[in-house]
Amino acid sequence: MFTTTIRTRRRPAARAAAALAAAALALTACSTIGDNEETSADSDSSAGTGGTPSGTVVLVTHDSFAVDKKLLADFEAESGLTVQTRAPGDAGTLVNQLVLTKESPLGDAVFGIDNSFASRALSADILQPYASPETPPPAAELAVDDSDRLTAVDYGDVCINIDRTWFAERDVPEPQTLEDLADPAYKDLLVVSNPATSSPGLAFLLATVDAFGTDGWLNYWAALRDNGVKVSDSWSDAYFVDFSGSQGKGPRPIVLSYASSPPFEADPEADEAPTRALLDTCFRQVEYAGVISGAENPEGAKVLIDFMLSTRFQETIPDQMYMYPVSERAELPTAWARFGPLADKPFEVSADEIDANREEWIKQWTDTVVG
Amino acid sequence: MDRHRRRVGVALAGLVPLGFLGVFFAWPVASILARGLLVDGALDLGGFAEVFDSDRTWRIIGQTLAQSVAGTTLAVLLGVPGAYVLYRCRFPGRAVVRALVTVPFVLPTVVVGVAFRSLLVDGGALAFLDADGTFAAIVAALVFFNYAVVVRTVGAMWAHLDPRAEQAARALGASPARAFREVTLPALTPAIASAASLVFLFCATAFGTVLVLGGPAYGTVETEIWIQTTQFLDLRTAAVLSTVQLAVVTLSLTVSAWSRRRRETALRVQSDAETARPLRRADLPAVLVTAAVVLALLMAPLASLLAGSLRTPDGWGLHNFANLATNGQRSTAEPGLGVGLEVSVWQAALNSLRIAVDATLIAMVVGVLVCVLVTRRPHQPGARRALSVFDAVFMLPLGVSAVTVGFGFLITLDRPPLDLRSSVVLVPIAQAVVAVPLVIRTLLPVLRSIDERLREAAAVLGAGPARVFTAVDLPVLGRSLGLAVGFAFAVSLGEFGATSFLARPDRPTLPVVIFRLIGRPGADNLGMALAASVVLAAMTTLVIGLAERFRVHSAGAEV
Repeated sequence: MFTTTIRTRRRPAARAAAALAAAALALTACSTIGDNEETSADSDSSAGTGGTPSGTVVLVTHDSFAVDKKLLADFEAESGLTVQTRAPGDAGTLVNQLVLTKESPLGDAVFGIDNSFASRALSADILQPYASPETPPPAAELAVDDSDRLTAVDYGDVCINIDRTWFAERDVPEPQTLEDLADPAYKDLLVVSNPATSSPGLAFLLATVDAFGTDGWLNYWAALRDNGVKVSDSWSDAYFVDFSGSQGKGPRPIVLSYASSPPFEADPEADEAPTRALLDTCFRQVEYAGVISGAENPEGAKVLIDFMLSTRFQETIPDQMYMYPVSERAELPTAWARFGPLADKPFEVSADEIDANREEWIKQWTDTVVG
Repeated sequence: MDRHRRRVGVALAGLVPLGFLGVFFAWPVASILARGLLVDGALDLGGFAEVFDSDRTWRIIGQTLAQSVAGTTLAVLLGVPGAYVLYRCRFPGRAVVRALVTVPFVLPTVVVGVAFRSLLVDGGALAFLDADGTFAAIVAALVFFNYAVVVRTVGAMWAHLDPRAEQAARALGASPARAFREVTLPALTPAIASAASLVFLFCATAFGTVLVLGGPAYGTVETEIWIQTTQFLDLRTAAVLSTVQLAVVTLSLTVSAWSRRRRETALRVQSDAETARPLRRADLPAVLVTAAVVLALLMAPLASLLAGSLRTPDGWGLHNFANLATNGQRSTAEPGLGVGLEVSVWQAALNSLRIAVDATLIAMVVGVLVCVLVTRRPHQPGARRALSVFDAVFMLPLGVSAVTVGFGFLITLDRPPLDLRSSVVLVPIAQAVVAVPLVIRTLLPVLRSIDERLREAAAVLGAGPARVFTAVDLPVLGRSLGLAVGFAFAVSLGEFGATSFLARPDRPTLPVVIFRLIGRPGADNLGMALAASVVLAAMTTLVIGLAERFRVHSAGAEV
């Protein structure tokens, strides 16, 4: 009796378990999204070993990448390539993932390595040289080195933005320079983003390194701290919650943003935008593309890079990615030309220096500003 | 032969979930840790000394524990009355409130951060609290996100509790407080312990919440792992911190399992049909606490979100919602001011739904298998211990950083037969890994409370195994299955950490699109991000509401 009881009471569980296990095994058949086009892609992509590109080319990029759909479709039709994109995160994540997957590359081409991560990409040897015949003249000036592994595609300026209405209403003169931000007249008015978690935050840190030198920049931040600088985690947080010049209507009229931000706050009919970038506070960010070492379809990657340098692609960059095209032949949208001028002399720090010091500078910044 | 078949069934039931967890969690995590801790094949523990030598590390660990303990305590204290009101009482609109409290759980932290902080900064509605960037703000946000976890996990149990035990205590002269303390509370303890361990894990690994609301002063183990991995590629430090994270998680799971086991007894449970009753005067305190939490803590940020989505540069209107159908290419604006989304918000919403169906399916199959296995009560103590470890390992994914798992995927699932890095199936799988623990913690307290003798009695009376399951287990599970489905769905809809690493740009989920929109200047982009969040909230409310209606009907429901 006793044994019977034990046996029978276990059986329902076992039977149900077996049924569920079977269901689990059948699960792949139930997927609602299917996987048809994707899995076949890899087998095609090795086609580009000869001279003519074909098959699939995988573009690894950051999460701000965007391309006009129709333009991409045209390119695919003309080139015979199928472009697949993968966007694993921000620029830092992108480079670090490429370094980590060096042995079995994530894709064929990369776009979105910026000057703060360029050195790591070069020293980790994750790219192969390619000098595109399409390279427009000014792009060459933005090259990191002469190894042709990184091709500049677009650039932009990270600058302090101000809410002009706020200053006009209070009859306070608008600040102009980095030094002004530490002036008690502008106490408790500035909000920036954290360099450890935000790419404009890091860019602004670099601007101060260039402006005040490696032995002076921390003193400057100490002065900003004493003047009530607020540090938000991300650009969106600073811009939409703390900044008074955005739709969020926050309390602070000075924010860290981009030279391209004012056009977005402007009424297209108006003569002036209600916000303005302070062009003496800017750090230049350049975004590069390259062919990944060990790419299955290097020829396809090269054709894709040529395409990204072409005028038709370059002209869509402002609209799609909020950056300025490297090509002078590409025409800027009128709102950008009117409300979003770039800095004449932006601050710059060499890629090597950034790579060697990034971690240490962020640590020192954290110790100084956060405590 | 019967015994043999049984063993095969059990083995299969155990192997499927273990295989799933092994391939999609343990292996990737172990590989990425190995990259950090192995030097030329030998274990290098030098990183530990280095990391632990720094004051900052200890401050970070202290901060992580402090916010987790505070968040968990508050969520449980406020959530238990909520579970009572929403699962034990009947009142008009209950279903809507139940669904609404789950909404915060799925909202992207970046949007909630904006909604929360807009209330707290100077000029905001709650500026007088002076809480912007404080520990209190972080804890409030943690409770905001996790309140639903407590309400739902405890509510699922409470709805099944036979009210007659408490009634008997009252009839014998116990005060309501005493009857609750000595009869109801002990019965609920396993569910409360379950909920607390879930919330603790969510709090300990909270990422966006802490960064947005606390600012840089409040680094936690999770934020530090993110920075070390994605920004510095310092896998050694990241591995040390991940080990710390695993230790904290293991400790919390041990404590939780211990407190559950002390109370683990079979209870008188019912199918939940008639345990709920109309509100009475004595329910007033619980109702007041719940109303205060729901209105002040949950609804205020949601209302701020809704208001933001309806605000346009020229006043109020549905302009932002109309924009959702576009790819961000605004019809009214000049060229040059678009958003550059690969798909429209509606398409992303559809992606989210489809992915969530897959993720829920996977999570339910794996979760129910684990539950069925873990509720077995073998006689050998060794086997029993093995089962409790088995139960605990499925909780681990909640306590390990999405960054660690995401980067782990990259270096493990990269070659045939498992070259899944670009596959669309990876997203629902990664989400299911996170949803499984919630399914288990929702179902297990209920299944465990079923008196084994009921099953034996049914068997003795001649019921076959399938009949025993449908007559005994299923009616009691009843609505809990619906709750678990709703929970899994919600997790999938809201998951951002792992999804952001894995989602293909041409098939983004709603949270991924929202994250993109809010990363761009201009009133329209913010408006669209907020409107898309409102869509996400509405979708969640609808799905949860439907899932809760779902119940398993069965002929033998009168247990």
